[in-house]
Amino acid sequence: MELQKEISGGVLLVRLSGEIDMAVTDCLRNYMDEELERDNLLKNIIVNLAGVTFIDSAGLGVMLGRYRKISRAGGKMFIVGASPQVRRILEISGLLNIMKECPDEKRAMSLAV
Amino acid sequence: MQPVNRVSIQFSSIPANVAFARVAAGSFASQLDFTINDLEEIKVAVSEAVTNAIVHGYGTDAGKIIEMAAEIAGDVLTITVEDMGRGIDNLASALQPAFSTDPERMGLGFSFMQSFSDSFDIQSEPGKGTRVSMTRICKKGVTPRQGH
Repeated sequence: MELQKEISGGVLLVRLSGEIDMAVTDCLRNYMDEELERDNLLKNIIVNLAGVTFIDSAGLGVMLGRYRKISRAGGKMFIVGASPQVRRILEISGLLNIMKECPDEKRAMSLAV
Repeated sequence: MQPVNRVSIQFSSIPANVAFARVAAGSFASQLDFTINDLEEIKVAVSEAVTNAIVHGYGTDAGKIIEMAAEIAGDVLTITVEDMGRGIDNLASALQPAFSTDPERMGLGFSFMQSFSDSFDIQSEPGKGTRVSMTRICKKGVTPRQGH
């Protein structure tokens, strides 16, 4: 898994690529939690999954955990760029019912800031 | 009629082997003419089964062994994942969607395994271990490819 971040206007944008399973979930969870704790102004998260080739329920669990964390402070999570296979997993899990899916980062950013 | 094709792998219960197991299972499954989507679903199901074995079966003890076996008989793929760990106390609860003992987990492991299998079976005994068996029929029914 590879990870890139951008922070702008109270939004944490995380671009993920590679395979997300239990081998990388600790790393991903710690990374996102550290960013959220470092900057109290961060309210919303955009997760760009365009480079993700595989995700299972362990990876979804990390996203759900971060969603719950920011939701308590009124924040929202946005999903961008999921491939058809990854999107299907997100859909079956129900995450797309609680997170907002956007066609691109620009649209997500316009809703998140 | 093709003979039954079987493979069996034992591997350590470490997170890096989750990817190994699903790639091995996907590669074996590709001897049948599954679609890309089918193969992705098979890989997710295997990933969930192996993750459960590591996390719940062995409590992330890296010194344990997981056994995965796969079989192609005609157009039917069967994959079993077995650990000799803690077993499951309350199987009925564990099989409920969104049941999880960990707030960071979605409790969807068994749901994915069931959703992505044509038939699913689980045997578990507390203190002895858990064995899940997932069967998937290749709907196209094409003869396994040769020479791959």
